[in-house]
Amino acid sequence: MSEIETILRGAEPVPCAPWSRYVLNPASWQALAAAAAPPMALWADTTQVHALYADEARNLILIASCAVQNGRYPALSPLRPGARWFERMIADLWGHAAEGGVDARPWLDHGRWPNTLPMAARPGPPPLPPEPPEFLPVPGAEEGGDLHQVPVGPIHAGIIEPGHFRFSCLGEAVMRMEARLGYTHKGTLGLMRGKSPRAAARFAARLSGDATVAHSIAFARAAEAACGIEAPPRAAALRAVMAEVERVAVHLGDIGAIINDAAFSLGLARFGWHREMVLRATAAAFGHRLMMDVVVPGGVVTDIAPGGAEALREALRAAADEMPALARFQDDVASLADRLIGTGIVPPGMAEAFAAGGTVGRAAGRDADARRWPGYPPYDTLSFAVPVRTEGDTDARVRVRFAELEQSMAMIQALLARLPEGPLSIALPTASGEGIGVAETFRGDAWHWLRLDHGAIAASFVRDPSWAHWPLLEAAVQDIVVADFPLCNRSFNAAYSGVDL
Amino acid sequence: MPLRHIARAVLRGPVSEKLAAPAPATVGELAARLDAASQARLGRSLAIRHVDAGSCNGCELELHALQNIVYDLERFGLRFVASPRHADVLLVTGPVTRNLVEALRATVAAAPDPKWVVAVGDCGVDGGVFKGSYAVAGGVSAAVPVDLVIAGCPPTPAQVLLGLRALLEANAG
Repeated sequence: MSEIETILRGAEPVPCAPWSRYVLNPASWQALAAAAAPPMALWADTTQVHALYADEARNLILIASCAVQNGRYPALSPLRPGARWFERMIADLWGHAAEGGVDARPWLDHGRWPNTLPMAARPGPPPLPPEPPEFLPVPGAEEGGDLHQVPVGPIHAGIIEPGHFRFSCLGEAVMRMEARLGYTHKGTLGLMRGKSPRAAARFAARLSGDATVAHSIAFARAAEAACGIEAPPRAAALRAVMAEVERVAVHLGDIGAIINDAAFSLGLARFGWHREMVLRATAAAFGHRLMMDVVVPGGVVTDIAPGGAEALREALRAAADEMPALARFQDDVASLADRLIGTGIVPPGMAEAFAAGGTVGRAAGRDADARRWPGYPPYDTLSFAVPVRTEGDTDARVRVRFAELEQSMAMIQALLARLPEGPLSIALPTASGEGIGVAETFRGDAWHWLRLDHGAIAASFVRDPSWAHWPLLEAAVQDIVVADFPLCNRSFNAAYSGVDL
Repeated sequence: MPLRHIARAVLRGPVSEKLAAPAPATVGELAARLDAASQARLGRSLAIRHVDAGSCNGCELELHALQNIVYDLERFGLRFVASPRHADVLLVTGPVTRNLVEALRATVAAAPDPKWVVAVGDCGVDGGVFKGSYAVAGGVSAAVPVDLVIAGCPPTPAQVLLGLRALLEANAG
């Protein structure tokens, strides 16, 4: 802590509720990256680059900024491997080059937009005709080498988001997999710019449709922090009900899908049934199966419908009743154990190095959960356990999901039993300022930052937890057989749209 | 003896008479009726290939639900296939991002004729909330011709099923 304090001493703090943003000189910018935990995210605006640090062990959250000079800023990727993808994204959107960075290849920009550098103060020139993407060299994969390459995607052979995976294989074994994403880039940050938080909430709700509630909460909390207001207690409680219902619904769907990828279709049928029943109860309670656009800056737009709580309780009770029997399959079915145990192991230390949260991080030994951060009502009034395992394999990721299901179902029952009375929302004042908000999606911690200028968004960024999961997936599938990739990929369930922005 | 029988059979020829060929008009008419009947009876199956052209993944959740035991779309003769080369229907979600225009066109081109393109979700209709972004070409029709639109954000599995069954009836009719 003292080393960090020394670095921050003399730096100019910019108000960024509820934490601070420090503008550092280039040397301090790099020194902080070395001293603090790995950054959660890097992003930029037209004049500065920003890095978010959130270290739960030291209860430290801050944003560091560094001025961009002559289009350059000191790279953090030589110090922190997770910075690599963010630096590529910053170069594509704003045109700021990471000086000394480890990877200068484009990421989101595939040479298809009308103009390059869409977020820069002045958009760049039209792109050159697109060229085939460049992949990292893999020894043996060159022409005449021992390895063969398997290109997969961007259009996949299932109901899945689009992305390209390049496998370099020795027979059946994967020597290296590299993901190339950016296909679903929709220009979300550009669309948010100039809009009121209330109008921009529709984009936050569609960053990743499977985590629509949690992203909406993180965005709303960032906007509320920037305006200096707090959503009323009833809104906070209903948000938590919806966030936990979302987690339950996704885990039900995902566990079924993961074990189905290990050829256990009975599980898919039963989990699919419970997911459907939870979604129907959700529609009865909140008017929408996925609860899209229900959470807005200032609160929530609808109250829980009469009979909604009972519908949710009943669906959850039915799921909870069958869960022990379904969980036993993981221990009792030898073919499942054979496919899940030891498959897709996240190497030790990697979850920490990339600040990976959610089921992926927690199954690989990283004890992190945004719901334990201060100022995240109503979780400060709820008791819940955060399951952590150390194996880092597909089996552990499934077990963490089972444990989280149990915790979330209990939390929903507790929340529904004592919903506070009072208003559902308060009006957002027309304010100027910066705010940061976090929410725990089913994937892990999602962070939203925004800067308001007289009530309109001047700049914003979203860090979906999957930024950390994609590099971990690349590492975890090293040495697996190609046929196990879908199983590993499903157990990660990293977002494409959420990181493509 | 056998030789005499053979010689007689060859010289007299068969007793069944030769008939004139049926009128081509009659054949054509019957063929068309048979075709229609078989299409109505057998044309009740469509292979569907889903293509995500830039979706937020919301529509995908509901397309997955079509395969659960509650909706069980296979009982209607509908099934998801893994390759566009096996598909009658391309079910396209998302605003079409500029980064995916080429891949979407290639996927549709890979499906054999006759084929139908179905745009699913408000984004697929016209780009939805992402309309006007530098990174978005527009709805599905901005990249490929569209035959059917199923709106909603996302449409419920029941709505998607209704649209697909309408396509099935049209195909059988």
